[in-house]
Order: sequence, then C-alpha cells, then structure tokens
Amino acid sequence: MALLKMKFSQQRRVRLAQGLWLLSWLAVTCGAFIFCLGVYIKIELLRRDEVMENTEIHVVPNLLMMVGLASIGANWVASRVCQDSLDPSRFPRWNVILLVWFAVATLLCCLLLAVVVLSYALQGRLEESLKVGLRNGIRFYKDTDVPGRCFQKETIDRLQMEFRCCGNNNFKDWFEVQWVSNRYLDFTSQEVKDRIRSNVDGRYLLDGVPFSCCNPVSPRPCLQYQLTDSRAHYNYEYQSEELNLYSRGCRQALTDYYMGLMNSTGPGVLSVILIQVSVILSMRYLQTAVEGAMALEAPEGESEGYILEKGVKETYADIREKVNNLLKFGQVDPASEDAGAEEGEKAAEAMEKAATPPPAS
Amino acid sequence: MVVMKMKFPFEKRVKLAQGLWLLSWCATVAGATTFTLGCLLKTELRRRAEVMDNSDVHIVPNTLMIVGLASLGINYFASKICQDALDAGRFPRWKNFLKPYFAVSSFFTVLMLLAVIMSYAMKGSLESSLKAGLRNGIRFYKDTDTPGRCFQKQNIDRLQMEFQCCGNNDFRDWFEVQWISNRYLDFSSKEVKDRIKSNVDGRYLVDGVPFSCCNPSSPRPCIQNRLTNNSAHYNYDYQTEELNIYLRGCREALLNYYMGLMNTIGAGVLSIFLLQGSVLVSLRFLQTAMEAVAGNENTEIETEGYLLEKGVKETAMEYLNPVLTFLLLKNQVQEGTSDEAAPAAP
Repeated sequence: MALLKMKFSQQRRVRLAQGLWLLSWLAVTCGAFIFCLGVYIKIELLRRDEVMENTEIHVVPNLLMMVGLASIGANWVASRVCQDSLDPSRFPRWNVILLVWFAVATLLCCLLLAVVVLSYALQGRLEESLKVGLRNGIRFYKDTDVPGRCFQKETIDRLQMEFRCCGNNNFKDWFEVQWVSNRYLDFTSQEVKDRIRSNVDGRYLLDGVPFSCCNPVSPRPCLQYQLTDSRAHYNYEYQSEELNLYSRGCRQALTDYYMGLMNSTGPGVLSVILIQVSVILSMRYLQTAVEGAMALEAPEGESEGYILEKGVKETYADIREKVNNLLKFGQVDPASEDAGAEEGEKAAEAMEKAATPPPAS
Repeated sequence: MVVMKMKFPFEKRVKLAQGLWLLSWCATVAGATTFTLGCLLKTELRRRAEVMDNSDVHIVPNTLMIVGLASLGINYFASKICQDALDAGRFPRWKNFLKPYFAVSSFFTVLMLLAVIMSYAMKGSLESSLKAGLRNGIRFYKDTDTPGRCFQKQNIDRLQMEFQCCGNNDFRDWFEVQWISNRYLDFSSKEVKDRIKSNVDGRYLVDGVPFSCCNPSSPRPCIQNRLTNNSAHYNYDYQTEELNIYLRGCREALLNYYMGLMNTIGAGVLSIFLLQGSVLVSLRFLQTAMEAVAGNENTEIETEGYLLEKGVKETAMEYLNPVLTFLLLKNQVQEGTSDEAAPAAP
C-alpha cells in the first residue's frame, strides 16, 4: 500500500517539473537568505565579544551559515535534476545522487528546526555568559594602564551609552567596585584615606557611577556622585529619583537585544523550512512519477507518484532486513551467527530511530 | 553652419537606436537613484532640524528629488522614441513633440548640474545656520520646564554623544552660558550667591560642561566640573589634558558630516548628469538622421545627423525670440504706433 499515491499524466509531470524548478531556485534564494542571517547574527555577537565570557551562543549563527551554504548547493542540484527529469536518457544517472540528496535535504530541515529550538534554549547560557563578562568588565574598568584590559573602560562606557543601561543588574553594582584608578587618587587627602580604611580590602569605594550611566532624558544636569546622600544635592531625593541614571541593568538590556534579534528571525527560518519540505516532497513525487513513466510501454501515458512504495511500517521492516543482510554478509563464522543477528538487530533499531524515508528502487 | 555633423549609414543608425534604448533604461534607473539620494539627504537634514536655524540648505535635496522624477519621465519618452525611430510609419507622429521635449529635457539636465554646484556653494549658509541653531540649543539647555524648549537638553546631549563633540566652537561655550536650571540651585548657599554676584546678568556660570561632553576614550573617570582649576583634581593639568572631554566643536562636526554626505551624493549625481547628457545627445543625432530619411522610398540610405542646424547663437535666438516677443509685446505695439505717428506728423 503506497503512501499518498497520486496519478500523473504527462502534462501534469511536465508542470510538476517546471514548478519544482522554480521552487528549487526560490529555495536557493532562501538558502542565501539563511546564510546572510547567520552572518549578521555572528557579527552582532562578535561586536560585544568583550562582555561575553564564553562563545556557546555562537552555535546558532554557525549552524545557520552552514545550513545556508548546504541548502544553496542542495537546491541547485534539485534544479539540475528537474531539468533532466523529462529526458528519459539523462534522468537515470541521477538515481544514486537522489538517494544522497534526500538524506541531506532532510538533515538540513532537521538542523534548521534545531536552530529555532536552540535560539530559545540558549537564553540561559547567554545570560550567564553576559553576567560573568560584565562583572569582569566592571571590575577591570579602572585598569586602563594594564595591557589586555586597557580598553575595558571604553568598551563599558560605550556599551552603557548605546544600550542605555548601567551596571550588571543595576547601577548599585558600581558601588561595590573600585572604578577610580589609584593613579588619580590623592592619598594624602583625608577623604581618600577614610574611604580606604572603611573596608577590609582597602579599596576606594564610593556611591557614585561613571558618566556613561547618565540619562540624557533627565531634566536636571546629571548627578554622578554622592547618589545615596539626599542632602548632598539641592532638591534631590535618592529614593524617588528615576530619570537621573539609566535604571536598567546591562545584562538585561543585552539579553533582551539578542533574544529579540533571534526571535525575529524565527518566522523567516520557519518559512524556509516549509519551502524546503515542499521541495523534498515534490522531488519525491517527480522521481517516482518519472520512473513509473519510464517503466511503462507508452512513455507519454499516465503514471503513479508516491512518497513511499509501501507503508511506513513495511518500509522500516525493509530497511531492517537490508541492514541485517549487510551485516550477515560480513559475518564469516556461522557459530557466531546468533550473536551477529543480535548485533544486527540492535544496529537496525538504532538506525530505525534515525531512519529517513528511503527511495524506492 | 551646422554644429557637429556626422554621417549615419543604415547599420550605424540601427546600432544607435539599439544603444540608445539600452542607455535610456540605464538613465531611468539613474533617475530613480537621484530621487532616492535626494530623499536620503532630506531625511538626514530633517533629523537634525532642531539645531539648524533655517532650512535654506534644503534646496539641494528638493532639487534632486524634482530632477530625479523629471528624468524618469524624460528617459521613458526617450526609450519610446527610439523604439519608433526605425519605423518610418510611426516616427513622424513624434515630430511636433520633439522640440518642446528637448527644451524641457535640457532644462532639467542643467538643473541637475546646478544641484551639484549648489551642494558645494551652500556650505557657508549651512555653517551659519548651524552656528545660530547650536547657540540657541546651548542657551536653552536648562529650560527643561519651558514648553517648546523642553527637549533641547536631550537633543544637545544626544548630539554631543553621537557626533563626539562639545559646544558650538569648542567646550568653552559652556562656560559662558548658565546651563544649570535655577530649580536645582540652592540660593541660600554661599557658593551660588558668589557666582551669581560675580557677573552683570546674575547668571550662575561654572567652568564645567555637561556629561555628554565626556570622552569614553579617556583613561581616567571624566572630569566635568572645575575644568580650569588644576588643583581641584589630583594629577590634572588643564592645558595638556586632551582626552578628558571632546575637543571638537559640534558645528564643525556637523558641517563635516553634511559636507561629506553632499560631496558623495554630488559625485554620484555628476556621473548621472553625464549619462543623461549622452542620452539627449544621442537622441538628437537619431532624430536628425531619421528626419533626413523621411520621404525617401529607400530607407537604407546614408544620412547626416547633426546637433544643431544653425550655429549655437542663432539657435538660441530662435528659441528666445518667442519669449522675448511675449515680454516686449507692449514695447513693439508702442513702437509701431510711434512709427505710424512720426511719418504722419511731418
């Protein structure tokens, strides 16, 4: 009992070939689009490389780029097959290639689905990576004279200004870190000495933030220092002041930005998956219909197209048997035939789980 | 005396018509590009409209947009004409259309060139507009509670951060203006009272700048206040400090940005102007070559094509005479009556 059998007259076969040719070129464009999307996301992630601790999230754009390139190639092959499909002398040479093609194309669809899932699943890892990266950035903010860290200040300043955020979770992170370098501290001054003695590690901590935390929307000139002291500034209330600094933390801001980026690409990737699946199904129909027509006495007559020659269960059983035979062929010792059969069964079961629709022959 | 006479055998005419058809479609795309460039420039100018005092410079993008649209029409007709050119039956219907067509096309092509020249010439006007606009912006920086001016602070802050500049000419412009609103000044404090008494207008002037002047590239945390006082900050020298705040003035920064934009656009429009000019010249040659064929039974004879039948001066007079007659119409009538009256008098 064939799966999803359909009748194809000569005219219908011609139309199917033409339509599939157009569809495969559309799929090539989609592949290029996926590649460009991957490149774009990669560039955006690399731009903020300094505040990320690990590169686990890069698996999303890497996969997108690989799949994009592979699908350009696969769909180009599909268009060549369509061109040859209505010529009975040139079609048979594509037989073996089509076997491989179906496997590759299905793998590409699965990978695209995996990318969509990963882009949601890796949010936690991204947040962790940003948390550690930002913490380091804030800690090394003052080290503008240490090689390897001298750009942290500029990086964090530009980040806070561009994403309109302050600190890791919020602006209070700056209170816990010495962000003013010792080179600019007057150690003879009483105020500096008091502050340094006031904590165990001898750090110069203050309730102030860098200028890059200032919010331009505030109606008053920015208050950076003595933030917790309501009396230090005229007409200032620490608890109720909202507009003076950016209230959002940079980790939140960056996570929102990257999640937004990857989510907005979700619908595009899903539609590309749909197009690719339709290319695969149409190619299968075309292959079976043309082979059926070639087997007929009158090549211009009507033939049948299907997705699977037998039902799904029977096709699986077929594969299992084939694999068994393959393994048995390798076995020389008849005594270990049972062990070999067991091994063959286990291997067949493993293959069943990863089985793709096989081509009929 | 004919201007630029050239011989056109039949094959050359055919090649000219085909080449011109291709060229006119390229020129159509170029016309659309000109329109897009005009829109781009207009958008960029409007984004910073709050720091510009007048909109004189908008004439450049406006002209570009008009010319772009006009050239779409011009090149569309050019392609239609050269399609019909080799068909002796269909070409004559364009006869009356061509003279005004060339006049209008030349006018718009010259306008394109004028737009390029203007984009260089408007530099002074743009600079004075920016100067006045920025001066107002800095003056009204503190007025975040005055309707109509409440966004000046935000605009100036974002401008200084984006263009990496400070003040009008440089950061010292902030020393001459009270940029801290009276709402946030404690008038009972001695320091405030001293500062206000120290100048005639009773303004609170400081030798400090807003936070948006701070340069992130500086190795030390930003020093905004008491900039001229070396002893106020440890390890600080006012004269030699370069990286602390942006040294460039916003007028210069914006001017460089817009002139760079207009120069790039000007270069592109200049090449489009050359393309458009070549389309018109080729069309003129094709027209005159085909007109010479008209009437002959054998359409494959060699003909002559030219740009102008008479010299440049005579052709110009030919076009301008109707206009002049229209303008001098009253004078001619008066001359006529005075001539009639004069012989009658004696």
